Amino acid sequence: MAEDKVQGRVPTVIADDVHIVYRVNGVGGGKGSATAALSRMIGRGKGEARGVRKVHAVRGVSFTAYRGEAIGLIGTNGSGKSTLLRAIAGLLPTESGKVYTDGQPSLLGVNAALMNDLTGERNVILGGLAMGMSREEIRERYQGIVDFSGINEKGDFITLPMRTYSSGMAARLRFSIAAAKNHDVLMIDEALATGDRRFQIRSEERIRELRKEAGSVFLVSHSNKSIRDTCDRVLWLEKGELLMDGPTDEVIKAYEKETGR
Amino acid sequence: MSVPPSPDDGLSPAELAAKYGLSVSGARPGLFEYVRQMWGRRHFIMAFSQAKLMSQYSQAKLGQVWQVATPLLNAAVYYLIFGVIMHSGRGMTTEVFIPFLVTGVFVFTFTQSSVMAGVRAISGNLGLVRALHFPRASLPISFALQQLQQLLFSMIVLVIVAVAFGSYPSLSWLLILPALAMQFVFNTGMALIMARLGSKTPDLAQLMPFIMRTWMYASGVMFSITVMLADKPAWIGDTLQYNPAAIYMDLIRYALIDGYGSSNLPDHVWIAALLWAILVGGAGFVYFWKAEERYGRG
Repeated sequence: MAEDKVQGRVPTVIADDVHIVYRVNGVGGGKGSATAALSRMIGRGKGEARGVRKVHAVRGVSFTAYRGEAIGLIGTNGSGKSTLLRAIAGLLPTESGKVYTDGQPSLLGVNAALMNDLTGERNVILGGLAMGMSREEIRERYQGIVDFSGINEKGDFITLPMRTYSSGMAARLRFSIAAAKNHDVLMIDEALATGDRRFQIRSEERIRELRKEAGSVFLVSHSNKSIRDTCDRVLWLEKGELLMDGPTDEVIKAYEKETGR
Repeated sequence: MSVPPSPDDGLSPAELAAKYGLSVSGARPGLFEYVRQMWGRRHFIMAFSQAKLMSQYSQAKLGQVWQVATPLLNAAVYYLIFGVIMHSGRGMTTEVFIPFLVTGVFVFTFTQSSVMAGVRAISGNLGLVRALHFPRASLPISFALQQLQQLLFSMIVLVIVAVAFGSYPSLSWLLILPALAMQFVFNTGMALIMARLGSKTPDLAQLMPFIMRTWMYASGVMFSITVMLADKPAWIGDTLQYNPAAIYMDLIRYALIDGYGSSNLPDHVWIAALLWAILVGGAGFVYFWKAEERYGRG
């Protein structure tokens, strides 16, 4: 780290005029009826199919993130925060513009890879493999994951299917699996720290640990407090555009003024 | 935070990225690099296919018994309709026709369900694609593997049926292994092609059942192509016999059933089977890889 400061700042993520467009099928023209769909198919042409509605979620965002920075993303619901994170992680293709990254950024979360019909035990293995861990790594960390989640505090739940878990328990296991891996560029989407108070404290601690190990951290949150606690720079997105980019205090103040909080 | 003037000022983002060796996020790797990444994810592919297989019947009271019971019931239904009611087993004795029919149903179902799973491999797993990094071909391959494991359960039923109708285990049964291996490669290629098509046009999931049913009736699952089309122009029968589904079915029947000799097989059948596997398997993989960076756009 000290070496970096001598050399100046080393960029880890560069976003260059990023645009992201979602295409939604079957809502064009406001009519979902079969005849409307047919007439759209016949009447297509002029490049774009008329049955497809476009949602321009991110409009021309550019920024450069440097090593060791913790960057918060704020904005009202639907402002494109999570979408931007996915584009940085290379999970969502950009419409135009490019994202350059140092190493492989990863989104903290494995929800989608887990299966409710499988036991917690199998889900730990599946989730770990899905994140790209090797079988040996998973075997080494298995006990740590289970202990951290606290699933077995109330009996032997890890050998039961995940559908039998309470929502809090499932969320705790998901977080524990996701947080078991170290990342170069780490992105955390809000509301990860779920579960009871005790688990929240534990997971916040773990996020701080992960932050120390990671090159850069992105955090999406609606809690200005957690942004203030963890980030030294904030990007404020509104309607897909980058409204403000600067030191945490400055941006949060402006954001609070605007949203009346 | 005051920013000290840096030599990087005035560089364009692309130049800055080049200077510090940053790479474009989500770019498509080269074909060999892609194969290497897939190899690195082999445990995930296996675990994912097994997890899908296990979770399929986990809510049912009989549980994994359905893995065997479902193909058995399937075979019974086809026997009832085509064997008892329609007598479509012309030119064959019952001892041959029953295993002939059951083999046809199971082997075709293997291809059919791989194609159907392929269509939804990406479009049905967008959540996974948008949350985690892995070579996207892992999904269709994993679904094809799931179908292979499903087929192995069906094979238990098939062996029972074969033995019950007088075909006993012999050395020729070993031929089932290369035949299934080639069919698996063919199915995987189909699943990869369908996955890319289905990611762009999810409507295919609605259309495919009709295409697959047509394919099934045209491939001689429940009748012998040579007998049924004896009075039609030869090219029709040839075309049907050399279609991959018919070839893999016939090879496994030939290997398994005592009374089903090589006279029922078209010429150069093993070469045809191998060509189909290499062609569709290879083309499917390249075709899927070509769009790697675009999966997940919704």
